[in-house]
Amino acid sequence: MTSRLAPLFDACAADHRAALVGYLPAGFPTVDGSLALLRAMLDGGCDLVEVGVPYSDPVLDGPTIQAAADTALRGGTRMRDVLSVVESIAGSGGRAVVMTYWNPVHRYGVDALARDLAAAGGVGVITPDLIPDEAHDWLDAAQAHNLDRIFLVAPSSTDQRIAATAAATRGFLYASSVMGVTGARDVVSHAAGTLVSRVRELAPGLPVGVGLGVRNGAQAAEVAAFADAVIVGSAFVTAAADGEPGVHALAADLATGVRRTAPQPA
Amino acid sequence: MTKMVSIQPAPSTAQPDVSGHFGRYGGRFVPEALIAALDELTAAYTNARSDPEFTARLNGLLADYTGRPSPITETPRLSQHAGGARIVLKREDLNHTGSHKINNVLGQALLTQRMGKPRVIAETGAGQHGVATATACALLGLQCVVYMGEVDTERQALNVARMRLLGAEVVPVKTGSRTLKDAINEALRDWVTNVDHTHYLLGTVAGPHPFPVMVRDFHRVIGLEARDQMLARYGRLPDAVAACVGGGSNAIGIFHPFIGDSSVRLVGFEAAGDGVDTGRHAATLSAGEPGMLHGALSYLLQDSDGQTIETHSISAGLDYPGVGPEHSWLKDTGRAEYRPITDAQAMEAFQLLSRTEGIIPAIESAHAVAGALQLGAELGEGALVLVNLSGRGDKDVDTAVKWFNLLEDQQ
Repeated sequence: MTSRLAPLFDACAADHRAALVGYLPAGFPTVDGSLALLRAMLDGGCDLVEVGVPYSDPVLDGPTIQAAADTALRGGTRMRDVLSVVESIAGSGGRAVVMTYWNPVHRYGVDALARDLAAAGGVGVITPDLIPDEAHDWLDAAQAHNLDRIFLVAPSSTDQRIAATAAATRGFLYASSVMGVTGARDVVSHAAGTLVSRVRELAPGLPVGVGLGVRNGAQAAEVAAFADAVIVGSAFVTAAADGEPGVHALAADLATGVRRTAPQPA
Repeated sequence: MTKMVSIQPAPSTAQPDVSGHFGRYGGRFVPEALIAALDELTAAYTNARSDPEFTARLNGLLADYTGRPSPITETPRLSQHAGGARIVLKREDLNHTGSHKINNVLGQALLTQRMGKPRVIAETGAGQHGVATATACALLGLQCVVYMGEVDTERQALNVARMRLLGAEVVPVKTGSRTLKDAINEALRDWVTNVDHTHYLLGTVAGPHPFPVMVRDFHRVIGLEARDQMLARYGRLPDAVAACVGGGSNAIGIFHPFIGDSSVRLVGFEAAGDGVDTGRHAATLSAGEPGMLHGALSYLLQDSDGQTIETHSISAGLDYPGVGPEHSWLKDTGRAEYRPITDAQAMEAFQLLSRTEGIIPAIESAHAVAGALQLGAELGEGALVLVNLSGRGDKDVDTAVKWFNLLEDQQ
């Protein structure tokens, strides 16, 4: 089966631009509040949103997303709230994937989560602490329920691991641009371009998204010059302090960035 | 004469498989960014353990620096409280730095040198692993950063001072429950950022492969020595082996060489805090269900959404919601059993051992002593119960002062 995200990447390719992907944890600052913010991100120009599952032990996240997840958990956010946010977005025509550490899925039931996410209209799952080697249940469930499975590669990944991870991936491959946790950075790492080139060679034709560190339109343009998708997380969480206008404005700035044909000097 | 102990696991041991699974447990549930480092570590460890030079260097340090072998001590006055059973302590409290932790730390510190990494990070709960790591880093000239939950830096202030005295940087962790779990989260975040020049010297048999098997192998020396010592002194194996279980490193170290001895019961004692039924405890194997935390599938204290539950124990070293995957496997196969010991039971044993034998145990180890008293009562007259006395209690005097109101008559 072809990827659920193939139409998005085909359309972006026809436009000669990268896709813009925005992340926000469900339940931050409240469940309804997160839905409103995610809608504003889509209205502002995001092509796809990642709805985060707040988790008690987010080892790949920096302080910004940790604090947001804490807020969501203290507010009582549950997996069913994540699914309801996805359902609302999909119901109004938006594209949504879920980003989750693996234990909440393991606990919910891998097949049950795939079934319920597909029923809610979600198109896939990003799994930051699940490698394909440990993902047999998930690969089966994603196949059964026609969901995209978005794995990560890092600058430290060997060629062999990039090839194997790409082979298990459907939708796009998530390239971590730096070694480290999530959080906005002033400079986009050089490692990102090198990593994307390696992926292009090892997995021709597979879309590659680059995340970790992008916070403004200029950086988005830099990344869009070599990646198929620009992924922005912490910067949206920070912008959420200014409510829907804040995330809308950031999405609009980033959307302009991914449409620039060449990187602008800083 | 010092017995040269091989760090190779017994050939009869089929666990784990090549990718670190003990039955369904273990594995690697970590970001891809760490896989290269875990593969590098696996290769370095596999290579080192079959290198006679590495083994000789490690055994030399264990003998001349740590003071191994640690003795076994029979406890006739304590045993009067054990239903006629004879309780024998394996004295890991007498090791340099005061606990079993140094066995694993020296092994991994030598591996760090072998991999050419100049910087070591570690987590610590009670501070015993942090002190051991700071010690090995001082010995070998490695840079050392120790992450410790803020709650633990307060209740184990003496060990914070010891680590700083040894030249380590101690970072109080202020996220989450501010205990051991959060210290490990922070160490993992550091590692994923600095992995090219940093080794994460994990202090227990949890975490992603190869940590559970590697840390176990470095601690098997405890059980290998104790088994020989029991045979030499008593002419037979013990009827039961008792150990406390937080992450489970001292327990697996003493259990593992006895796994093939079907007559020997293996019993782990977990921290039940205020009692398992109160919800304020850290009894993972007694009350948890399988889940992933810190890189492995194992029993876990979690809620119905898979969020980790905050734990409680008077013992900082046992105050952890996870447990090493091999213990989960031993529980499911029935080869080992795991029981809860409350704060009150542990503190009673802490005082009893101090007053009957003149040995002040770590509060962690006091859980095993309390458990051994129970086992003795069950096994009866003449039974031999071997207890891993994993650490000494100097660090816990402050907690004991509060628990027993020891200074109340001083105005």
